[in-house]
Amino acid sequence: MKTQNQKAWYFVLPVLLLVAFNALIPMMTVVNYSVQETFGNNVFFWEGLRWFEELLNSDRFHAALGRQFLFTGLILLIEVPLGIIIALSMPRKGPWVPVCLILMALPMLIPWNVVGAMWNIFTLPDIGLLGYLMNTTLGIDYDMTQSPFAAWATIITMDVWHWTSLVVLLSYAGLVSIPDAYYQAAKIDGASPFKVFRYIQLPKMKQVLTIAILLRFMDSFNIYTEVFVLTGGGPGNSTTLLSIDLVKIALGQFDLGPAAAMSLIYFAITLLVSWLFYTLMTKDDAK
Amino acid sequence: MKKRALIPILYIAFLMLPIYWLVAMSFKTTNEILSGFSLFPQSFTLENYATIFTDPTWYWGYINSILYVSLNTVISLAVALPAAYAFSRYRFLGDKTLFFWLLTNRMAPAAVFALPFFQLYSAVGLFDTHIAVALAHCLFNIPLAVWILEGFMSGVPKELDETAYVDGYSFPHFFVTIFVPTIKAGVGVAAFFCFMFSWVELLLAKTLTSVNAKPIAAEMTKTASSAGYELGLLAAAGTLTIIPGAIVIYFVRNYIAKGFALGRV
Repeated sequence: MKTQNQKAWYFVLPVLLLVAFNALIPMMTVVNYSVQETFGNNVFFWEGLRWFEELLNSDRFHAALGRQFLFTGLILLIEVPLGIIIALSMPRKGPWVPVCLILMALPMLIPWNVVGAMWNIFTLPDIGLLGYLMNTTLGIDYDMTQSPFAAWATIITMDVWHWTSLVVLLSYAGLVSIPDAYYQAAKIDGASPFKVFRYIQLPKMKQVLTIAILLRFMDSFNIYTEVFVLTGGGPGNSTTLLSIDLVKIALGQFDLGPAAAMSLIYFAITLLVSWLFYTLMTKDDAK
Repeated sequence: MKKRALIPILYIAFLMLPIYWLVAMSFKTTNEILSGFSLFPQSFTLENYATIFTDPTWYWGYINSILYVSLNTVISLAVALPAAYAFSRYRFLGDKTLFFWLLTNRMAPAAVFALPFFQLYSAVGLFDTHIAVALAHCLFNIPLAVWILEGFMSGVPKELDETAYVDGYSFPHFFVTIFVPTIKAGVGVAAFFCFMFSWVELLLAKTLTSVNAKPIAAEMTKTASSAGYELGLLAAAGTLTIIPGAIVIYFVRNYIAKGFALGRV
C-alpha cells in the first residue's frame, strides 16, 4: 500500500518544470497562432475559429488524414502478428539469444533520416539492390518515384523493417516470463500448440502487447522523417502523410495560423485514439 | 525445432539486407556507383571515410550528436529517478493526472513543436547549443524514463526502504547507495531508450541548431541536396551513425529481454 505524502511533490518538481517548459510554452504558442492571421513582421490579426472551420472542411486535410490512418492501420496489421510469430519461434535460451536480440534491435537505433536515405539507396531502380532485383532479375516494373503503389509498398516495407523488432522484443519479454511448469501442465493435458498459444502465451503477452501496440500507434501516427526523406510525400501527394502536410504548411508556406490549428487537431486525434486503444485493451483487467 | 529456427533467420536476413547495401555502397567510388549495379565493391576504397574524418564539418557533426545525446540521457535519468520513486512509493495530490499528462507528451508529434521550439529556444538565447537539443529531447524522453523506472521500482518491495531507515540511513544515502543499485537493470533499460530516441530524432535537433551544434544526421541531408549525388559519402556517413547504436545495444543486451518483462515499459 502506498503512503499518502504530499512532500513527494518535491521529487516530481524537476520533471514537472522541465517537461512544462518544453510542453506548455510551445503549446501556448501554437494555441495563440491558431486563432490569428499573420503577414510577417510579428503583426497578428484575430481570426477566431476560422482556421479550424476551414481545416475541418478542407479536402486536402481529409485526404492527408485518410492516408495517415491507412498507413498506421496497415503497419499495425502487419507488424503485430509478424512480431508475435517471430517472438514465438525465437530460441528461449542459449548462445543465440543475445545474437538475435542485438541484430533485431539494430534497425531501431539508426537515425530516422539515415533509415530513409538507406532505403532510398536500397530501392534505386538501376543501382539499388532491391530496385535492381525487381526490375532486372524479376522483370517487375518498380520505380518509387513514378508509381504511387510502389511508393506505398516501399514505405510500408520500410516501417516493417524498422519497427517490427519492437513488437518482437516486447512479446519475447512476455514469453520468457512464463514458467516452464505452465508448458509441462499443458503437455500433460495434451493441449494443442494453438491452445497453448491462446490460453497460456497470449494472456501472458497481453500487457507487453498493449504497450507495443500503443507505442507503434503513437510513433507511426507521428511518422515524418523516414517517409519524407524516402519519398518527399510523392509521387504527387500519394505519400503525403499528416505530419508531412503539416510541415509543408508550417515551414514551407509559412501559414502559421492554419498550421497551428492543424497541429492542435492532429494532437487531439492522437490523444483520442491512444486513449481508445488503452481503454479497450485494459477493459478486461478492470473487471 | 529446426524448422522453427528458419523464421528468425529469414527475418534477420531481411533486416540485414538494406544495412549491407549501405555498408557496401560506402566502400564504392562515386564512379562505380553511378556506372551500374555491382553486388560487392569492385574498386574497394576508403576515400569516403577519409573525407568524413578529415573534414571538420563532418566529424564535428558526429561529436555534436554524441554530446547532446549523452547530455540528454544524463538529464533525463537524473530528474526521472526521484520522480519515478515518488510515483512508485507515495500517493499525493494529482499523482495520477500528472502521470498521465507526462505520457501524453510522448504522443505529441515533433512536427507540431518544431516552430514554437525554435522561437522558445531563440528567445532564451540557447539556440544552436547542445544543451538546447538535450533539453528539447527531454520532452519525450523524461516521460518514457519515468514510465520505465516506475515499473522497475514498483517491483522492489517496500520493506527494503523501511529496513534501511531503521538501520539509520538518510534518504539520499539510501537512495544512491542501496536503491539505485538494486534497480540498475531498470536504469540500464531507461538509459538505452533515452539514448535511442535522442540519437534517432532529427526534426527537433535540426530545427534547434545551425552551425555549432549541428547533428551528423542533419549534415547528411545537406550533402544529399547540395553536392548532388554523393551517394558513397552519404552511405559512409550513414554507416558511421549505426556504430554508436550497436555499441549501446551490446552493453544492454542481457537487460533488454528481462528489462521489458520486469518493468512496465
